[in-house]
Amino acid sequence: MTRLVALAWRWLWSQPMVAALNLVMLALGFGAMVLLALVSEQVEEQARRDLSGIDLVVGAKGSPLQLILAGVFHVDVPPGNIPLAARDALAAHPMVAEVIPLSLGDSHRGFRIVGTGTGLLGLYGARLASGRPWRAPMEAVAGADAALSAGLRLDQAFAGSHGLGGGGEIHDETPYRVVGLLAPCGCVLDRLILTATESVWAVHEHATAIDDEDRRALAAERELTMLLVRYRTPLAAAVLPRWVQDQPGLQAAVPALESARLFRLLGVGLDVLRALAALLLGVAALSVFVALTHAVREREPDLAMLRMLGASPARVAAVVTLEALLLSLAGLVLGLALGHGLAALVGSLLHAERSLVVTGWWWSTQHPRIAGLAILLALAAVAWPLWRVRRLPVATLLQAP
Amino acid sequence: MLDIRDLSITYAAGPTLRFPDLHVAQGGQVLLGGPSGSGKSTLLALLAGLLRPATGVLRVGSADLARLGSRQIDAWRGREIGFVPQRLHLSAGLSVAHNLELPWLAAGEPVERRRVGELVERLGLVGLAARRPHELSLGQAQRVALARALARRPRVLLADEPTAHLDDDAARGALALMADAAAAEGATLVVATHDRRVEAVLDEAIGWRLAGAGAAEGAR
Repeated sequence: MTRLVALAWRWLWSQPMVAALNLVMLALGFGAMVLLALVSEQVEEQARRDLSGIDLVVGAKGSPLQLILAGVFHVDVPPGNIPLAARDALAAHPMVAEVIPLSLGDSHRGFRIVGTGTGLLGLYGARLASGRPWRAPMEAVAGADAALSAGLRLDQAFAGSHGLGGGGEIHDETPYRVVGLLAPCGCVLDRLILTATESVWAVHEHATAIDDEDRRALAAERELTMLLVRYRTPLAAAVLPRWVQDQPGLQAAVPALESARLFRLLGVGLDVLRALAALLLGVAALSVFVALTHAVREREPDLAMLRMLGASPARVAAVVTLEALLLSLAGLVLGLALGHGLAALVGSLLHAERSLVVTGWWWSTQHPRIAGLAILLALAAVAWPLWRVRRLPVATLLQAP
Repeated sequence: MLDIRDLSITYAAGPTLRFPDLHVAQGGQVLLGGPSGSGKSTLLALLAGLLRPATGVLRVGSADLARLGSRQIDAWRGREIGFVPQRLHLSAGLSVAHNLELPWLAAGEPVERRRVGELVERLGLVGLAARRPHELSLGQAQRVALARALARRPRVLLADEPTAHLDDDAARGALALMADAAAAEGATLVVATHDRRVEAVLDEAIGWRLAGAGAAEGAR
């Protein structure tokens, strides 16, 4: 059998240009499929992780999708602020198990500084790699990615800059101090710097107040950006969103609904890309089919000679099938390498954008399906050539013309 | 050994071709002659078990071909028939060495390296192992095809027009080599040709002359 494989391999490469062309086309087709599978699965998986445990997001009036993007995925700016009283009202509601406040507004080297409660750590099951959680205002805990990229170490002081991007006014009169570093959680916390809600208030009151009286006035109007809510009972799903909508200035967003909407929107794009990948693979399959049919026709005298030398028709068919399988599997291997390599590249680009985490080291549930497709493709391409092989006129072929 | 009696084949298109009887002991030589279209190639295909006869006795080597199934015939052909086609049919994508492995590969048997080495030496192919067929002279290519035909020690060696396109000296050399090799292996040699020069070299061969479609002529 190994010798038969070797023969098929040698015959495959007896026309190196044709073989190489087909290999490249197959690799591109498979590579595109693998890349799509890797990226879409990782993005969905990550979104699922980031959303888990959050039943409702409450923020200022605006688009519910924006609330989710800003408050859960931390990729968009929030619509505005809500009064502090909203937190107390929600926390007092009998159907609410937990309210986690979020205050956004500042960042450090592109990583958002989020004023919140330690409940956020519990929500994602985050663990500290070193140090301790924040206990007082101006104490900060950095997510794994943020710490690494911004070079934050324990006990280090840093100043937030105004705005969620970079380049805003630096609040250097009110520096933060790093008291803890989070272990990587594969969730959105990796990209955040967490601190107490009071820190954010302190920074902004210090930055805007002109005197003590002004400071007192600002303290009376303290605000939050958003609230993450966990329900006490499933019944709340029917009641709370409407209750929130009825409060003046408040907007409720249900993560499950909004993320489904988001993925429907993304899904159209993904479907287009998938169709393109399938088209690429289809063209590759057609090319392999043409090449194989051509190769078998060219090689008919060789195949006839193989029969003359005692090979059964099944054995000759096996060589031709092996040739197609080898080509397709080689294309698959190259495609896998290409797909994973590109996923790693996309991952490093996204990482530079402080955005989603995508790696090349991801085993997709679609891998077996893609491998199956490679085998199917080879068998489909070989069907017609095999039909010819079965009816090979050996005697005629070996005769001189 | 060849034993042919009342052999005929019926083409799908209609006409029936009858062949003259023949009996040759193992190791004998046969000169299969007759004009083009008289059925020489068809007869070679019958002898190799590639076509099935309509009637008659067809014993080739150790086999009674009428009694074997197609799988058995394939295995038997690999074991007992050596064939040198007119156009040689060396596989262009393979080196000489890999071409010489094909007889075992076709049968699914382990390659006998010592046998390959022996044939390479005897047929003057030393140093050509890595070459592709297009890098060989016609004489070299013919010797490779002969080595391939002899690889598994066939009992019957069939050659189709081995002297076509050869000048007198080359033709004489090729035939002598083939006859010597067949004799050394104890194989029965059947040469199909319409080349008069062959008779002069294989002067001890039994003539087996075909007259043409529908007719038959006895062995001379």
